[in-house]
Amino acid sequence: MSDLTTLRQSYLDRISGAADGDALEQVRLGALGKKGEISGMMKELGRMTPEERQTRGADLNRLKDEIDAALRARKQGLEDAALDARLKEEWLDVTLPGRPRGQGTIHPVSQVTEEVTAIFADMGFRVAEGPQIESDWFNFDALNIPPEHPARQEHDTFFMARAEDDPRPPHVLRTHTSPVQIRAMQASGAPIRVIAPGRVYRMDMDQTHSPMFHQVEGLALGKDISMANLKWTLEEFCRAFFEVDNVELRFRASHFPFTEPSAEVDIRCSWEGGKLTIGEGNSWLEILGSGMVHPKVLAAAGIDSNEWQGFAFGMGIDRIAMLKYGIPDLRAFFESDLRWLRHYGFAAGDVPSVAGGLSR
Amino acid sequence: MKFTLSWLKEHLDTTASIDEIAEALTDLGLEVEGIVDPASKLKSFTIAKVVEAVQHPDADRLRVCKVMTDEGEKQIVCGAPNAREGITVVLAKPGDYVPGLDVTLSVGKIRGVESHGMMASERELELSEEHNGIIELPSGEVGDKFVDWLAANRPEAVDPVIEIKITPNRPDALGVHGVARDLAARGLGTLKAVKDVTVAGGFASPIKVVIAPEVAEKAPFFSGRVIRGVKNGPSPDWLQKRLTAIGLRPINTLVDITNLFTFDLNRPLHVFDADKVKGDLTVRASVEGEELLALDGKTYGFAPGTMIIADENGPESIAGIMGGEHSGCSDETVNVFLESAYWDPIAIATVGRALKINSDARYRFERGVDPAFTQPGLELATKLILDLCGGEASNVVTAGAVPDTSRSYKLEPARVISLVGMEIPEAEQRRTLEALGFRLEGDQAHVPSWRPDVLGSADLVEEVARIASLTKLQGQPLPRPRAGVPQPVLTPLQTREKAARRMAASLGYNECVTYSFIDGAAAELFGGGREAVRIENPISSEMTHMRPDLLPGLLAAAARNQARGFMDLSLFECGPVFSGGEPGEQDLHLSGILVGATAPRDPFASRRKVDIYDAKADAEAILQIIGAPAKAQINRKLDAWWHPGRAGNIALGPNVLATFGEIHPKVLRHFGIKGTVVAFTIRIAAVPLPKVKTPSRPALALADLQAVERDFAFVVDGNVEALTLVNAATGADKALIERVSVFDQFTGLEGGKKSIAITARLQPKDKTLTDAEIEAVSAKIVEKVTKATGGTLRG
Repeated sequence: MSDLTTLRQSYLDRISGAADGDALEQVRLGALGKKGEISGMMKELGRMTPEERQTRGADLNRLKDEIDAALRARKQGLEDAALDARLKEEWLDVTLPGRPRGQGTIHPVSQVTEEVTAIFADMGFRVAEGPQIESDWFNFDALNIPPEHPARQEHDTFFMARAEDDPRPPHVLRTHTSPVQIRAMQASGAPIRVIAPGRVYRMDMDQTHSPMFHQVEGLALGKDISMANLKWTLEEFCRAFFEVDNVELRFRASHFPFTEPSAEVDIRCSWEGGKLTIGEGNSWLEILGSGMVHPKVLAAAGIDSNEWQGFAFGMGIDRIAMLKYGIPDLRAFFESDLRWLRHYGFAAGDVPSVAGGLSR
Repeated sequence: MKFTLSWLKEHLDTTASIDEIAEALTDLGLEVEGIVDPASKLKSFTIAKVVEAVQHPDADRLRVCKVMTDEGEKQIVCGAPNAREGITVVLAKPGDYVPGLDVTLSVGKIRGVESHGMMASERELELSEEHNGIIELPSGEVGDKFVDWLAANRPEAVDPVIEIKITPNRPDALGVHGVARDLAARGLGTLKAVKDVTVAGGFASPIKVVIAPEVAEKAPFFSGRVIRGVKNGPSPDWLQKRLTAIGLRPINTLVDITNLFTFDLNRPLHVFDADKVKGDLTVRASVEGEELLALDGKTYGFAPGTMIIADENGPESIAGIMGGEHSGCSDETVNVFLESAYWDPIAIATVGRALKINSDARYRFERGVDPAFTQPGLELATKLILDLCGGEASNVVTAGAVPDTSRSYKLEPARVISLVGMEIPEAEQRRTLEALGFRLEGDQAHVPSWRPDVLGSADLVEEVARIASLTKLQGQPLPRPRAGVPQPVLTPLQTREKAARRMAASLGYNECVTYSFIDGAAAELFGGGREAVRIENPISSEMTHMRPDLLPGLLAAAARNQARGFMDLSLFECGPVFSGGEPGEQDLHLSGILVGATAPRDPFASRRKVDIYDAKADAEAILQIIGAPAKAQINRKLDAWWHPGRAGNIALGPNVLATFGEIHPKVLRHFGIKGTVVAFTIRIAAVPLPKVKTPSRPALALADLQAVERDFAFVVDGNVEALTLVNAATGADKALIERVSVFDQFTGLEGGKKSIAITARLQPKDKTLTDAEIEAVSAKIVEKVTKATGGTLRG
């Protein structure tokens, strides 16, 4: 027995002393290789009596397993040490910037249009569109603004050139999104719920006016849709759009040729500290015009006003974008200054939804 | 439209406060744009008495006063020459804001003597320009509020001025009386009736009036009379103050009376100096060459046919708009012809626009004055002239007739309730209309002559609703059109527009919104600029034509950004372009431009110049997201603004879905852009929609057998297109070759040739390929490619 004890100790010492993989392999071959010492002792078992073989064989097998385990453990240890050494070498400056990737943005007008669309879609309004070069009939006459009406002059209309041999009145750049109402009603009749966002044009350019801006029109017709429904719809819209729980709207009698009764709508706000806060304070901010669709407008669109009634409203997309996001200057919307686009723009992934919220 | 509170109270018997009146006006649709309440800045000042005034020890001009105030005796240093013992003064205490000085007082030391406030002059309180001394009040007790003293003794000094905005449908509210009527209907007081006066004529008017037949429709009714022996000159104080309060300059009594009637009763009048009028006054159309020096000091030449009032001398007045200088009334006027007429609104609007005159008379006549009040107005004004200027009135001369505007509409109380969504009892609806001057006969509401805007039953609804107050309207839920989860509302094209925009932004482009109109030269460069898309009345020479393409707007934006020092740009716009001037000749594009380098300088050498393959990749990514088929052709049938050799169309046959490439250098020069620009344009609507829309996908076909890739390099002529190689190689064995792609290109070989390397991926379906089979396909690829390109396999 003692010869094996000595042998065992000698191998364990050599294993723990092996400095690298090659030295360890030499130890393994010396002990367990085909010509190894322990392998050789195993071969001698054949010459022994069955009784001797039984005890000697068991001892040798135990020794072999023990050496084998020690070899594996040492091998693992050597590999770990080598990896540690390598990792110590593998150092990169993690403060260097990542590889550049362009940061695109969505324009506030597009973003807010999607926000408005998301809210009204939830209330069953679809999105209607119409031409921006419009006939004067759709832009004015059908909306109960006859040629001599003072409102027609107040629209600051852009007219398209008209060939001399063409007797028709000149087309106009639509001064509001309201003509889309007429087109939508003509196309699909009543009942109907549509919003119509898009570009509109007025001959006006100063600090607060741009000759092109954006509006969204809303129209809902049914059997018994009332002005009270209009007020609720706009309250719900403002609550959702401005993302405040307390919204208070004030309806003020006003005049638009295409609605009767007509109301201008103000929202309660505060300007404290030069900062606009919606839903509190003692100021009122005009945000949109609205009313019940005028029977003459319904008639122009081929809808029987004895059977159908409903409301229409229109508001400035750029304007509500400015109010919501604190953007100071309308004209900057259309100047494409990269600094402005980056600052006020929205990430591609910020898709507004009713479920996920309109803004981050 | 401006008026003062006291003026309003001449028409409305009310105890309502200025705030209540303002709130009601806004709610009624007569939006208050501003109130100037002089009392508000004087509220803190009180009355005090000087009990002692002695010389300041260190200053000749100053006096140290002991002043009795509501807070006891105070010491105040005063420099006014009239500061003396016994006078009653207006006191401003430390902490008070003095408007005329724009300072808030504090306790001060003047030449070593403490002063606890100041005694104010008229100018310091903005009461007048008077500043020769402090105010000395003839009455008043110590501690009284100064505003209360003013209200009792100088009411006009604390009379609030109200400015309201009148919508074009409410000419009746262009007179204070009409405003009062609305407030009375709302319940804020009682309307005082306009006096019904008739002044008997003492002699026949020496000036007659005539309406020429050619203007009979534009001038339905003309009336007037001579008043002789008047004494003109400055009007009385009350009248001057009333006009001054609303920003009008008093001229002389006769003119001031006409202005008063304009703003008080919405009844514009005109006064001619009868001695300057030669013969009768005729309303007629002007003839060639006629002109008039008007009261605004400008000479207006009339287009033939313009409606004027003329005498034997020629034009004397632009009817309903402005009188002439020659026959205007001056302080020397002794005999006056007073005109009160009713003009057709459209006629007045047309002339006013043509001559570009904005007068108070035009403003009212073109919106519509009360035709029935033409003569009562003349009588009332006659009376006031006689009262203020004396004289004797002639009989009234008239031409034409007051037009009949009588009409009635059915009041349907149930419909009013249904439309407004507010329970307004029928009795209240009827009361409202009657208070506004409607006459009710059964269910018929007869419209008063001063309401030209009421033209149907719907207008009755509006009247009832606004008097009832829309502010009080309670919102009622609008149920969804159908119960349950809302249906999608966007059309496929709208969905695509949205997706394309989001994809462009995620590819690193900044979205721009540029004007739909551009300058003609830029439009021409992009195939536009024709007469049909020209704007007749552009706001600037930069905005004369509807844009035929989005690129000019983006290129101009790029140039502006370059000028600010931003040289690397990725910009896009998604919006309308215009192919013609008819409604609907409009298409939806998305264009992007890349300028400068792909990235800022960094340690990895990421930065390189942008090239057309960047633009192509981005165009393809956007086309993919909006559902364009993966296999489209590339052609070079390019529009003129693209670089002829470095751009291509992505097309399905003749249907061009997109174009990408370099912008033509000439175009860049026009926009003043430095460097090259690569761009793409996507015609969103040109991408065909799927024939059937189904959410389900085709089954996933996975091959179990391993694919094999083989590489080939060919030497071809420099102008051979890579796609030719790829298509030829793909065609060698359509069943087996899954994909062919270019993985290398090497240009500049001898003879202008180049090397293109492709890899073909062979995907066996039934059994693993043998070497022989692979060799056979490879040989076929080489054969097809060399045949298609004239090139050779590179050894």
